Amino acid sequence: MSGMRRVAVLVWKELIELKEDRDLFGIVILAPILQLFMLGYAATTDVRDVPVVVADADRSVASRALVARFNASPNFTIVDVVTSPNELDPYLERGRAWIALAIPPGYGEALGRGTPQALQVIADGSDANSTNVAIGYATNLIAGYAQELGARMPAGSVTPGIEPRVRVWFNSRLDSRDFMIPGVLALLLLVITTNLSSMGIVREKEVGTLEQLNVTPLRRWELIVGKLLPYALVGMVDVCLVLAVAVLWFQVPLRGSVTLLFALTLVYLMSTLGLGLFVSTISSTQQQAMMTTIFFFLMPMIYLSGFIFPIENMPAVIQPLTYLLPLRYYLVILRSIFLKGVGLETLWPDALALAAWGIAILSLAVARSTKREA
Amino acid sequence: MSAISVHDLTRRFGDFVAVDRLTFEVREGEIFGFLGSNGAGKSTAIRMMCGLLKPSGGTATVGGIDVGRDPEGVKRRIGYMSQRFSLYERLTVDQNIRFFAGIYGLRRDRLETRRRFVLEMSGLQSREHVRAADLAGGWRQRLGLGCAILHEPPIVFLDEPTGGVDPVSRREFWRLIDGLSARGVTVLVTTHYLDEAEHCHRVAIIHGGRLAALGTTAELKRAFHGRTIIEVHAGRPVDAMRLLDDMPDVEKTSVFGTAVHAVVSMKPGEAARTIRERLEGGGVAVTRLGPVEPSLEDVFLDVAERATQ
Repeated sequence: MSGMRRVAVLVWKELIELKEDRDLFGIVILAPILQLFMLGYAATTDVRDVPVVVADADRSVASRALVARFNASPNFTIVDVVTSPNELDPYLERGRAWIALAIPPGYGEALGRGTPQALQVIADGSDANSTNVAIGYATNLIAGYAQELGARMPAGSVTPGIEPRVRVWFNSRLDSRDFMIPGVLALLLLVITTNLSSMGIVREKEVGTLEQLNVTPLRRWELIVGKLLPYALVGMVDVCLVLAVAVLWFQVPLRGSVTLLFALTLVYLMSTLGLGLFVSTISSTQQQAMMTTIFFFLMPMIYLSGFIFPIENMPAVIQPLTYLLPLRYYLVILRSIFLKGVGLETLWPDALALAAWGIAILSLAVARSTKREA
Repeated sequence: MSAISVHDLTRRFGDFVAVDRLTFEVREGEIFGFLGSNGAGKSTAIRMMCGLLKPSGGTATVGGIDVGRDPEGVKRRIGYMSQRFSLYERLTVDQNIRFFAGIYGLRRDRLETRRRFVLEMSGLQSREHVRAADLAGGWRQRLGLGCAILHEPPIVFLDEPTGGVDPVSRREFWRLIDGLSARGVTVLVTTHYLDEAEHCHRVAIIHGGRLAALGTTAELKRAFHGRTIIEVHAGRPVDAMRLLDDMPDVEKTSVFGTAVHAVVSMKPGEAARTIRERLEGGGVAVTRLGPVEPSLEDVFLDVAERATQ
């Protein structure tokens, strides 16, 4: 009972300190929104107006219709139409076009007969990311066109031959923003709660108030709970902020349960706050705490968790390492709740891993912080 | 019964012995001074007595409780304030008081009584809503003391509480310590200001982690018995010192302001005569010369020197 009261007093004190610190207030409230807008607008991997050059050797109604369709798409701009595939090279070499489309002679005629037709797509691979996306758009566009032609054919006739091979699930708009924003939320929570909690504890060490608290009847667990709880609160406020902006402004679909999202966020916060407490036990200054957090924990997590680079594309030796990162599990959980709308029946392995991670790091940090007293 | 009883208390950091078999008793209501240069082991000893640091050997009993066995029990009965008055700078005076009161579990009536007491004691009645960061040194220090004794502990540890504070505030602070003692609170205080030691009922001089001397300041000064301190004001103090150092009866010399103090193993009258003859014979003009009472500084330097030998 008196223990809870002491924790409450600690939380009250911590919140006053947070409120009085103008810079910190900016970091906690303004930075998340700023980050969200930055990544939401600038850092999308969507590509627009990809320059395309077409070598139309067919010059039929069908080939012209296809070119017109490319031109009408917001993703592409036709820079030129030539007649021979040999003329395409200079466009790609000079960077005037990223994608070259070669329509073979007899394309329209073959299409009319229902014979399968191959279209050659040549892409500039020097910017692999954008090109991949652009190829995806192109494939989709061609497939969509083929489907339409099929619908127009009289019943019983053979379906025309551009087979749709690629299908995009869950993010059919292929809007990278829908994919990025849940990731930003995960990363923000990690950066803010880990840094604030570790620096908050180390600051008391630096100033000497921690020693003052150590000669009071305050128990170890009360101190730890009292120091971490306020930052969990800050984390939840940030979740609300980011969710509001993501859903209301960016209109990212939130298909799953909001309750589940909050519940699993609390589980995730055990990891980030445990990490903060752990960092505080190995640092004696705030700078040291911040640098340790950034270089030993944040950066590896950003690179290896699947936040930017897909885990499936990583070398086989690296892939098992990603299982060690709490961010990996939380990213899967967030993206699944947002885009797939699935629940705990699918996500329980990730939730369990996340909880295990949190309990492990918290126990380690608590053990370390008690030992230091001796 | 003793308020604090320390027996063979020792603390090692690797090969370095910071506190070496310290043994002493502090009586209830006593102001007990820990005197020593920086790094003498005063703070380490205090931190062990407060339960902040585990002793490598020996025992310390504080308020009847063995610190080694029950550090938490000791923490409930003591107040502690270190050289860095540990307040929360972003909190106001009032918020700091309420915070520590909450940590010590003070409620309603008692909280209000103690809050008013601390405000009055520190002279901060009209500045309750000033942030601690904006207080001048003396006020912060008095508020720090107030927050450390909110729960009315019978024993208070003060680790260099007056470091970096102006003389007026220091005097004011010692008035508060005297007040605590008058109410029966035991105070153990470390300092390296020798004038502050005069406020203590008894003083322990710590040197190299060991107890070098212990007693009232009068007792410590009496340790000079049989020897005399002659204070010499001379035109050329450096030459005077060289001449004095050459005399067989002069144990040692030290500079005190513009004067030179010589510790002589002779009766006062004889010592004064001998020294005057020697100096004037050596061509040093003596302005004024005569026996003086040993100051605490004389005692401290003497004890430190002998402990080193």
